[in-house]
Amino acid sequence: MNMEVMSKERAQGARLSIVDCDFHPRLTHEQMKPFLTNQWWSYLQTYGSRQRHGQAKGYNYPKIAPQASRRDAWPPNGGTPGSDVDFCREQHLDFYGIDHAILTPLGQSTGNGDQNGELSAALASAANDVQFTQWHARDARFKPSIVVPYEDGVAAAAEVRKRASNKEFKQVFLLSRTAEAAGRKRYWPIYEAAVEAGLPVGIHAFGYGGWPLTNSGHPSFYIEEMTEHATGAQAMVTSFIMEGVFERFPGLKVVLIECGFGWLPSLGWRLDKNWKRLKDEVPHLKKAPSEYIRENFWVTTQPMEETENPDHLIEVMEWIGFDRIMFSSDYPHWDFDDPFTSLPPSLTIAQRRMVYADNARALYKL
Amino acid sequence: MSISSPEPAGPSLEPGAIDCDVHPTVPDNKALLPYLEPFWAESIVSRGIASLESISYPTKSPLTSRPEWRGKDGFAATGATELAAQVCGRWQAGTAILNCLYGVQLVYSEDMARAFCCALNDWIAKEWLDRDPRLRASIVVPMQNVEYAVDEIERCARDRRFVQVLMLCMQEVPLGRRHYWPIYAAAIRHGLPIGIHAGSAYRNPVTALGWPTWYIEDYAAQSQGFQSQVASLITEGVFAKHPELKVVLIESGVTWLSAFLWRFDKFWRGLRTEVPWVDRSPGEIVRDHFRMTIQPLDTPDDPHIVERAIEHLRSDDILLYASDYPHWQFEGDATMPAGISPALRRKIAIDNPLATYARLREDAR
Repeated sequence: MNMEVMSKERAQGARLSIVDCDFHPRLTHEQMKPFLTNQWWSYLQTYGSRQRHGQAKGYNYPKIAPQASRRDAWPPNGGTPGSDVDFCREQHLDFYGIDHAILTPLGQSTGNGDQNGELSAALASAANDVQFTQWHARDARFKPSIVVPYEDGVAAAAEVRKRASNKEFKQVFLLSRTAEAAGRKRYWPIYEAAVEAGLPVGIHAFGYGGWPLTNSGHPSFYIEEMTEHATGAQAMVTSFIMEGVFERFPGLKVVLIECGFGWLPSLGWRLDKNWKRLKDEVPHLKKAPSEYIRENFWVTTQPMEETENPDHLIEVMEWIGFDRIMFSSDYPHWDFDDPFTSLPPSLTIAQRRMVYADNARALYKL
Repeated sequence: MSISSPEPAGPSLEPGAIDCDVHPTVPDNKALLPYLEPFWAESIVSRGIASLESISYPTKSPLTSRPEWRGKDGFAATGATELAAQVCGRWQAGTAILNCLYGVQLVYSEDMARAFCCALNDWIAKEWLDRDPRLRASIVVPMQNVEYAVDEIERCARDRRFVQVLMLCMQEVPLGRRHYWPIYAAAIRHGLPIGIHAGSAYRNPVTALGWPTWYIEDYAAQSQGFQSQVASLITEGVFAKHPELKVVLIESGVTWLSAFLWRFDKFWRGLRTEVPWVDRSPGEIVRDHFRMTIQPLDTPDDPHIVERAIEHLRSDDILLYASDYPHWQFEGDATMPAGISPALRRKIAIDNPLATYARLREDAR
């Protein structure tokens, strides 16, 4: 492809409508304070969050950059990346012409996976209030997700029901490293509430379930955490299917956020093959595992798979289905995907429309 | 049980192929009694240690064996004759490598593990290798203790019919970790590849999300373990230190590799400062140092998808023929999936295994 054609394609891409399905606002403790009881605020000052690893102030796998963020994402007001609404609006939404950004808050302030279930519930609720009052209210292009204390299915379902009447909340939000595989029955109240509210369940990579990152124990490096997170997502998809979640909740829609997607066809083939041989063990499955994948799962693009031969990437996207792939940037993190350049140039305009916006508009009712 | 196989199985086979993954079955600990040191022989009797069978392959699970190969106890392939009749007779392999999956890796006591590994390897040599000249075997090592594992390699490697060192996919800690490196040095000294086979020592849950409900999840999770082991061996610098080392992923599934490498190569470009000894892309390292057996391939039956998925691997050298007998991976005699070109089939069946297993080249001379 010569450069002239390439730049024309990019110009067209730039004019397409864009929905960013993975935008990380940094919710600060100070923002959370008005939405927490004095007891929990005082507790946080004294004991802090206690994740299912030993680090009080950092990560068990130290990131490659402070806050895992782009160097240019630190706002001029001295805050942390993703914390300044005006700066994010200018640097990201306006610069790229993004119509909607789905908020996916991470970090200890959201209470995700905290060892203390009640603290987790209090923080999740506060995180939802902050997303709405500090982000959506200041720019309606930011769409909040319902953060839930997912290790307690009943409490999480209560949080979903509390927010469900507010149609600006676009999904129920979990992290992928749950304490048990996400298909287990302890999590089913979450899925029941999500289906009842007509919301997809978005599951973002990372988190701490308390188990080693690999089934052979703890690896040593951050590069392994980044690479092998996909294996946990594979176990999660397997669990959803084998536990019969989609037989109980056929309308459940699960979005895999930042989990990668290249592995999904291969996983479906492997599960189909195993199911063919072992189906008497799981008689509650009514169809091949890959059919549940095709019907119930969506994926986001970042970190975009980079194949040496571009045709291989297109083939994998076709195997997944272009109607199931949604653009995401992962702003403000270091491995951010640029909306203008990260999709393969050889996609057709129709495919680009689906991936950049139409699939997300349909799923999230935007 | 089809011990005699008068009719060879037809044109889908490659005569003289090297079958890189077949499984002899240890029925129970009584079979090993004559090979155990007296103290341990007495222990297993007096303590009632009847069997080390692993939940990775429950005897009666359909995956563990095709029905027609099972004997009255449900076990398949408890003897060299029946195994060779199927693998070398009907499927016309010229050589078959025995990978014994008896659960010696499950044992917590290092000393007991060593005793069982010694007995197991001696049992393999005497009861299997001595009975059919087409058979070769992997050395089962006690990964519970690195010194013992090295000792067992030194002890068994004198017998040139042992062609590989065998370990399970899921260990107590990832296989790249430095305390394991003496095992890799010993393997190189004797011209042995490291074979990593599906299975677990069950020191960790079989998924990153804990213990799953169903056996099918356990088996499916094997391919996740292989991804982690490839990442660990590369990022810890095993191949920078030991450039001669070859690693064979056995019963790993195949099609996960391409997408795994896309991801791994991408993060290596972004994060290589963390592991500066990894001085070329993981994809290149894998293509130089890793091999995979073809059963299970983990594709649909559609030959077009098989062809595309193999193309995505970007290597004609990486695949090794294996039937995975008696595990029930395919129907009939379809040992080689449709969608592989005749030239590549020949490489998979003979050239690639010969290039991988130095000790098989000695036989060819």
